[in-house]
Amino acid sequence: MSQVSTSPTTAALGAASKPERRDIGLRGRYAAERRFRLYGMAAIAFGLIFLFLLLFSVVSKGYTAFQQSMITIPVEFSEQIIDKDNERATNPQKLVSANYPVVARNALAKVLGVGEDDRAGLRAVNGMISDSVRTQLRDLVTANPSIIGTTQTVTFLAHGDLDSAFKGQIDLAVPENNRKISDKQIGWMNQLAESGALSKHFNTGIFLNGASSRPEAAGVAVAAVGSLYMMLIVLVLALPIGVAASIYLEEFAPKNRFTDLIEVNINNLAAVPSIVYGLLGLAVFVNFAGFPRSASLVGGLVLTLMTLPTIIIATRSALKAVPPSIRSAALGLGASKMQTVFHHVLPLAMPGILTGTIIGLAHALGETAPLLLIGMVAFVADIPSTPLEPATALPVQIYMWANEAERAFVERTSGAIILLLVFLILMNVGAILLRRRFERRW
Amino acid sequence: MSISLLLLVVAVIGVAGYMVGSWRANALAGGRLSNLHSRPGYYGSFVAIWAMLPAIVVLLVWIVASPIYISSTVRAGFPEEVKATSQAEQNLGYNMIGAIARGMAMLSAEEREALFKDGTTARSLLATKGVPLAADPAPYMLKSADDLSRMSRASSTFLSILVVLAAAVGAFFSYRAIAPRFRARNRVEGVMLVGLIAASSIAILTTVGIVASMATEAIHFFNRVPAWEFFFGTVWDPRFAAAGSTDSSGQFGLIPLLAGTLYIGLVAMLVAVPVGLFAAIYMSEYASRHVRSVAKPLLEVLAGIPTIVYGFFALVTVGPFLRDLSEQLNGLVTGDYSNFIQAQSVLTAGFVMGIMLIPYVSSLSDDIITAVPRAMRDGSLGLGATRSETIKRVILPAALPGIVGALLMTASRAVGETMIVVLAAGVAARIQLNPFEPMTTVTVKIVSQLTGDLEFTSPQTLVAFALGITLFFITLCLNIYALYIVRKYREQYE
Amino acid sequence: MNMMSEAAVEKALDKKMNDISYKMIGKDVSVYYGDKRALYDVNLNVRQNTVTALIGPSGCGKSTFLRTLNRMNDTIEGCRVTGRITLDTDDIYDPNIDVVELRARVGMVFQKPNPFPKSIYENVAYGPRIHGLAKAKADMDAIVESSLQKAGLWNEVKDRLLEGGTGLSGGQQQRLCIARAVAVSPEVILMDEPCSALDPIATAKVEELIHELRANFTIVIVTHSMQQAARVSQRTAMFHLGNLVEENDTDKMFTNPDDQRTQDYIMGRFG
Repeated sequence: MSQVSTSPTTAALGAASKPERRDIGLRGRYAAERRFRLYGMAAIAFGLIFLFLLLFSVVSKGYTAFQQSMITIPVEFSEQIIDKDNERATNPQKLVSANYPVVARNALAKVLGVGEDDRAGLRAVNGMISDSVRTQLRDLVTANPSIIGTTQTVTFLAHGDLDSAFKGQIDLAVPENNRKISDKQIGWMNQLAESGALSKHFNTGIFLNGASSRPEAAGVAVAAVGSLYMMLIVLVLALPIGVAASIYLEEFAPKNRFTDLIEVNINNLAAVPSIVYGLLGLAVFVNFAGFPRSASLVGGLVLTLMTLPTIIIATRSALKAVPPSIRSAALGLGASKMQTVFHHVLPLAMPGILTGTIIGLAHALGETAPLLLIGMVAFVADIPSTPLEPATALPVQIYMWANEAERAFVERTSGAIILLLVFLILMNVGAILLRRRFERRW
Repeated sequence: MSISLLLLVVAVIGVAGYMVGSWRANALAGGRLSNLHSRPGYYGSFVAIWAMLPAIVVLLVWIVASPIYISSTVRAGFPEEVKATSQAEQNLGYNMIGAIARGMAMLSAEEREALFKDGTTARSLLATKGVPLAADPAPYMLKSADDLSRMSRASSTFLSILVVLAAAVGAFFSYRAIAPRFRARNRVEGVMLVGLIAASSIAILTTVGIVASMATEAIHFFNRVPAWEFFFGTVWDPRFAAAGSTDSSGQFGLIPLLAGTLYIGLVAMLVAVPVGLFAAIYMSEYASRHVRSVAKPLLEVLAGIPTIVYGFFALVTVGPFLRDLSEQLNGLVTGDYSNFIQAQSVLTAGFVMGIMLIPYVSSLSDDIITAVPRAMRDGSLGLGATRSETIKRVILPAALPGIVGALLMTASRAVGETMIVVLAAGVAARIQLNPFEPMTTVTVKIVSQLTGDLEFTSPQTLVAFALGITLFFITLCLNIYALYIVRKYREQYE
Repeated sequence: MNMMSEAAVEKALDKKMNDISYKMIGKDVSVYYGDKRALYDVNLNVRQNTVTALIGPSGCGKSTFLRTLNRMNDTIEGCRVTGRITLDTDDIYDPNIDVVELRARVGMVFQKPNPFPKSIYENVAYGPRIHGLAKAKADMDAIVESSLQKAGLWNEVKDRLLEGGTGLSGGQQQRLCIARAVAVSPEVILMDEPCSALDPIATAKVEELIHELRANFTIVIVTHSMQQAARVSQRTAMFHLGNLVEENDTDKMFTNPDDQRTQDYIMGRFG
């Protein structure tokens, strides 16, 4: 045995019964392990915290946009002011151009007990009423001229600053000179609120109105209709073209230089900055082909080109996921290649294609930069009735409002963002449901 | 006939062709469909295609060609003194003639005669028809307008006849071709294949369109401003001429914009890369399936939020927060409560852009890391390595090329990002190193040069296309290189 | 006197084996993947300085058992082990036992050669480096050299230690993986079908190597090939449907097994 243990080859045998424990630095290594793990968790927490902050910031600033302060008071449609010389029978223009804001101002001044000769007071009263009262009263009077001379109870929009103050968004600790609303107006506001003349209503205007320079009267209707037109155009063009292109590339294309070029091209187009598509649209559709600027048609075409690569990439992976056995089965029964694809492969790939399309559409819906370049950043007050008329888009509306200085516009902007996000969430939930419902595993 | 009516007629002929074609095929089959080469519907489709396709091609060619022909004929009829004026003036005149011609179409015969007798009434007369004119038309315009409207009408009639004829002839001959052994399906599928190829060529056309359109406008720009002044100029001041400069239209130096773009991109990457990478590592190596199924989609929500929303977040939340924070910090340290971070700054824009990029980095790297074969992990764990040692010493080195590719793709996003910088970076084009000060980017300047009134002749507008093509090539190079790396990487493990 | 003949070593080893010292003892080991049970109360002891072969038809649980021995099963989500496995006197599933330390003592070589995408030198140095086994560069060089020598690879790669490990042939890669495992100086080496991806010549080399390694290490090898089990092992355990059917001296196993199923398997009636 002693011979054996001296041999290097068998040295291990002697020690075999109980090997010595080695120090392999476990303590330090586990500390490093924990640190590393912690970094990972911190990274995810960082991302999630900012997701939460972003949403919180938008929602907390924006949920009030769905409420609007309104003033409900008796308004005397004084003939003195509207049509002093009683010429409305001969000159209908008279009723259109009458000084309606004064009508409203006087009504409010009366409620608040401000004398007719208190100039400063009247100006302050005027500052509490939205300018949109002009069109509102005008429409009332032109629709029914007989109300002239009577007193009617009318509900009209409060001025944006009053609206902000009433919602508690104006810091009253700031010196009076530095804020948009005076102490006197605040006093009146409280007085009106107590009497019930000033109250918050659900804001239908934000859904129904077009652009306005006054935050309290501004709405997203034009933008929403513009976005809707564009989404329809993208859907009608990008889905069939994208599916056709993918079918060719995936099922028919021979492997050659040309198809390789298309491949690389599509991958690159998916990564081209969106603003470049805007330049393309401006140069080709507006400048060269002479399509109208600011029209949703041009926006739709630009977004189509932008969305196509996304749809093609999604469609191709959906087609790839259909197992070759399905194709062989159909071909084996004597179906032509085209029949195989359209009767068997395409229906099976459809859920994947639609999911990809919805995600592409959602991206297009949130896209802003290219639309700015083709002039969709315009002041459009009337809802466009065709895609050829000037329109804006939801994200562009957000951009335009974000550039406005007034506090009330911040609220509107956030409100519009909430709407946009709701649309996006609905689309994505739709895509997820579609995937859950039809997902097939081979 | 109006175009839409014409299209309707063609469609009707097509549908009729389909029905007649399938009916004839059925009749030829004599009750046994196996006598036919293809199913009857294919014969119908064959007839329909030949009825509609040539007609539509004729229609499209005509719509493009006839205005060009008419315009050149009408212009050829302009008096000599008008021809001597500038192209722009002639264009203006032609536009007016077009308006007059539109108005004329609505006039009754007596009104037309009155109009030709006394041209001065044209403006008021046409205004009543809802066609406003900018000025009283010159005498020659009335005649030209008359020519124009006559020719347009002739063209329209001729087009209608031609299209209907094409549809009818196509339908007739294709109908005649139907025979039991006629390979209708192969013909129809041939046309479909051409359609599919055309659809995939749109990808190529888009790229060609991007390059061609931007290159054309950029060349116009470089005709006004020398290329080296653009690419190497250090001053961006498109509106005013610098003292001593011979070019009165301003200075278009790319360098300050590029510096801002890269600086903001760098800040964004400094935020996004560590966070995204660690998030990806945690997701793929540590997180339980449950945590992963919650955290991963939530992080990806960040990628689904439109960039304009990030821009707004930067503008109203992050920017003011950083500004106020710097105020307080400065106050605590020096007692001087003035802010050293501007609300619009490199830091604000870069930071918010970094948050936007987190999901790009994390999902791209997640894919790359999961592509590292399990055998590598087992090999390392089997030797007694801890998880983090396995990740740091085996997985990350193995995934490095792929991750570099992913980061390059992310960088190209950062360079091309627009809305965040438009709202949060500022508009001051300058070269400096303080991240607390505003800087501007290529994309911001493209937007600011192209919003508002445009004139496609001024360098102030055209410079946007030069900026655009620069941006396009930077991102293109980044992407091609990244795709190349990632493809190489994937091949290694397949 | 220091040099012993091969035969003497063999004899000494066999004598040692006759003393029967168990390196690892598995008692009532069961493994579950989620709800599915993969191993049923296996009792199997691994003898010191012996090559133990685990054989059986595919899906019989032999690889699963192998992976319980250094807790590689921990890396599979939803995998649960019951019963008791000891290494020397330590229960390796005891919460106080550290899995990293365990794996440093029980190394593993996998079915497919899986060298890291690093140089040959770095592949071998990886284990010693993470465990801090070499204080100086010279120590590391010595470890790398001796490990490669033990794996019989030194002469083939000594001039290109800094080239990538993935550039080697399949057989060389597998021997590199063995060298990598050896470099940590484990007490037990687990091998999961180490030759299944290799050609016959490379297989012969690896088998020869296993034979030599037995002097310094306790080896457990899973193999598909009964000839291989017969060639390299002294003890053989036969698994079937998650049960241990029989464990015996290899010679006896292949000539006169106790269990009918072993007989059938060896005769090629199923598998």
